[in-house]
Amino acid sequence: MDKENLVALYRQMVLIRVFEDRAAEMYAKAKIAGFLHLYNGQEAVAVGAVSALNPDDDVVVNYRDHGWALARGSSARAVMAELFGRATGTTGGRGGSMHLVDVKNHFWGGYAIVGGHLPLAAGLAAAAQYLKTGRVTLCSMGDGSTNIGTFHAALNWAKLWNLPVIFMVENNQYAMGTHYDVHSAVPMLQKAAGYNMYAEEVDGMDVMAVREAVCRVAERARRGEGPSFLNVVTYRYRGHSMADPDVQRDKAEIARWKERDPITRFARDVLLKRNLVTPKELEDIQKSVEQEVEDAIEFADKSPEPALDTLYDYIYQQPVRNMQIAGSLIRPPTVAKDIPTNGKHA
Amino acid sequence: MAEITYREALKRALREEMQRDPTVVIWGEDVVAYAGGGAYGVTSGLAKEFPGRVRDTPIAEEAIIGVGIGAAMGGMRPVCEIMTVNFTLVAWDQIVNHAAKQSHMFNGQIKVPMVIRTPNGHGRTAATHSQNFDAWFAHVPGLKVVAPSTPYDAKGLLKTSIRDDDPVVFLEHLQLYGTRGEVPDEEYLIPIGVSDYKRRGKDVTIVTWGRMTMESLKAARILAEEGIEVEIVDLRTLRPLDLSLALESVHKTNRVIVVEEGWRTAGLGAEIAASLQEMAFNDLDAPIARVAGLEVPMPYARNLERATLPFAEDVVAAVHAMMQQQY
Ligand SMILES: Cc1ncc(C[n+]2csc(CCOP(=O)(O)OP(=O)(O)O)c2C)c(N)n1
Ligand SMILES: [Mg+2]
Repeated sequence: MDKENLVALYRQMVLIRVFEDRAAEMYAKAKIAGFLHLYNGQEAVAVGAVSALNPDDDVVVNYRDHGWALARGSSARAVMAELFGRATGTTGGRGGSMHLVDVKNHFWGGYAIVGGHLPLAAGLAAAAQYLKTGRVTLCSMGDGSTNIGTFHAALNWAKLWNLPVIFMVENNQYAMGTHYDVHSAVPMLQKAAGYNMYAEEVDGMDVMAVREAVCRVAERARRGEGPSFLNVVTYRYRGHSMADPDVQRDKAEIARWKERDPITRFARDVLLKRNLVTPKELEDIQKSVEQEVEDAIEFADKSPEPALDTLYDYIYQQPVRNMQIAGSLIRPPTVAKDIPTNGKHA
Repeated sequence: MAEITYREALKRALREEMQRDPTVVIWGEDVVAYAGGGAYGVTSGLAKEFPGRVRDTPIAEEAIIGVGIGAAMGGMRPVCEIMTVNFTLVAWDQIVNHAAKQSHMFNGQIKVPMVIRTPNGHGRTAATHSQNFDAWFAHVPGLKVVAPSTPYDAKGLLKTSIRDDDPVVFLEHLQLYGTRGEVPDEEYLIPIGVSDYKRRGKDVTIVTWGRMTMESLKAARILAEEGIEVEIVDLRTLRPLDLSLALESVHKTNRVIVVEEGWRTAGLGAEIAASLQEMAFNDLDAPIARVAGLEVPMPYARNLERATLPFAEDVVAAVHAMMQQQY
């Protein structure tokens, strides 16, 4: 990787970090509601993985998805506006924090039912295989998603059909407050071994290690060698979501992981060590990112809420007229006036 | 026009759409090898005709639906077969939280053009294997739900469902697979969301769908001998629900009976009755009546199973009761 690309990786990680810190602030100010799962500590995973993919490879992730959307190219403005529930957000305020999406970047979304998106990833890979598009699907999930039925069903199916899919566990060692040792009976790699799937363990606090691992398994998939499994060991600095007081984890453990911070480490061990940047340049990056996120917040705050008359849009791809018979939009009439006649509606 | 079975009509629809569009595939349990294709024979022979496009899958309904959703997102038109409706429960999360949500929640960016084919019904298979979940699926915004009663409707609606850009739950019926009806050789399509008169009459309107359309037609023949002419509206699609013909008919007959196979409480009949009285209260000469399945887990014994399900005689009895009442 040349200097420019390495610096870009650094900037992306800083962007995610600053974005998440500011999002937490906005949550505290009640600009953001509901569940807000932050990515602090895990930045190297999304950034490293995305850097290893082609722009038309498909990416599917869980609800801890801000970092993924940003790494995949969604603007900080669109992501922040989505968290604010505004019309300018990635889904126009439909999905919120847990359901970001940007299909033009082949980012197929954040999914908030644990394990629910794994079969979808296998399906995207099945389509790539059937339609011979050459695409690889990257499916990220939490360690807590590796016990549910869809995990096993998707791994079995992917191996059986030799699908070009990468199952990547962002193993931050906790599912909400439940430690890996409390939720899983066997070590992570053994789960992949059960399906005879190629697997690697990766240091998730090292952006280059993640990048190289994803490069390797994506190449395997492209060569027709089928699915693979990455156990990417990482850590989240904050609680599960903003609703989590984070009392169950040992403070010393958190501090130990922070010593391996992916951003500081990459700056020190790669960028500065190889004299690719000066400390002053790193400061400039920090400042420009802070400005970008500040701008995103202003943009989100100024953006309108979605128009009420868009509420029914896209329940179906084409409008379906008579679905409004039983109760209509905005001011529901008790008696529907607009009864379609046979044959006229979509 | 040739008379063919409901099963054959479905197979012809699948064949025609697979010939027309190479992205149409069939995935499901035992759709290839078992007994020549399909637990109920719908896909028999298709695997040979379309190599690589009809595939047996693991017994993992959540994955059959989920992989189908992903493939549909990725540009295919999968037809996923769930062996019977009972097993859709294993995939309920994929159907409700994923298939039905993608288009709206992602603001139109993702479409899921897939068909979930599965039969309702009974056949001395007891509680876990003899159910009807029409109302459950019809409850969910984002799904389209189709439940054809005749071979003609089955073929035309399955073809449309495969071409539709939204997820369609296509509810067949075990007791209908062997029934016969006229199906033209030339191609035709039936739009989703359009109900149909299956019999014209002036005395009582029966609103129904699926197997109960057939039972209602039997009832109509018995009642006709007594001089009572029922009109039968076959909804054909349960979501979106087209009540326009039902309304038109009520306007004429002033009496309605909703006939459904599933459990009565919170059933689709309740929704239909409520909607019709909202829209046509002044047309009604009698309270809207319901014929429905009894609310018990289905027993195995022949007599108990029969007692649980609605048949033509229950429709006849309901019509008699309605005609005898004075208001
Ligand atoms: C099927 C299901 N069960 C429970 C939940 C509630 N829940 C949301 S996240 C979560 C923990 C998941 O942990 P993990 O997969 O490790 O992901 P992480 O949050 O660590 O990224 C739980 C229990 C859910 N969303 N879906
Ligand atoms: Mg976790």
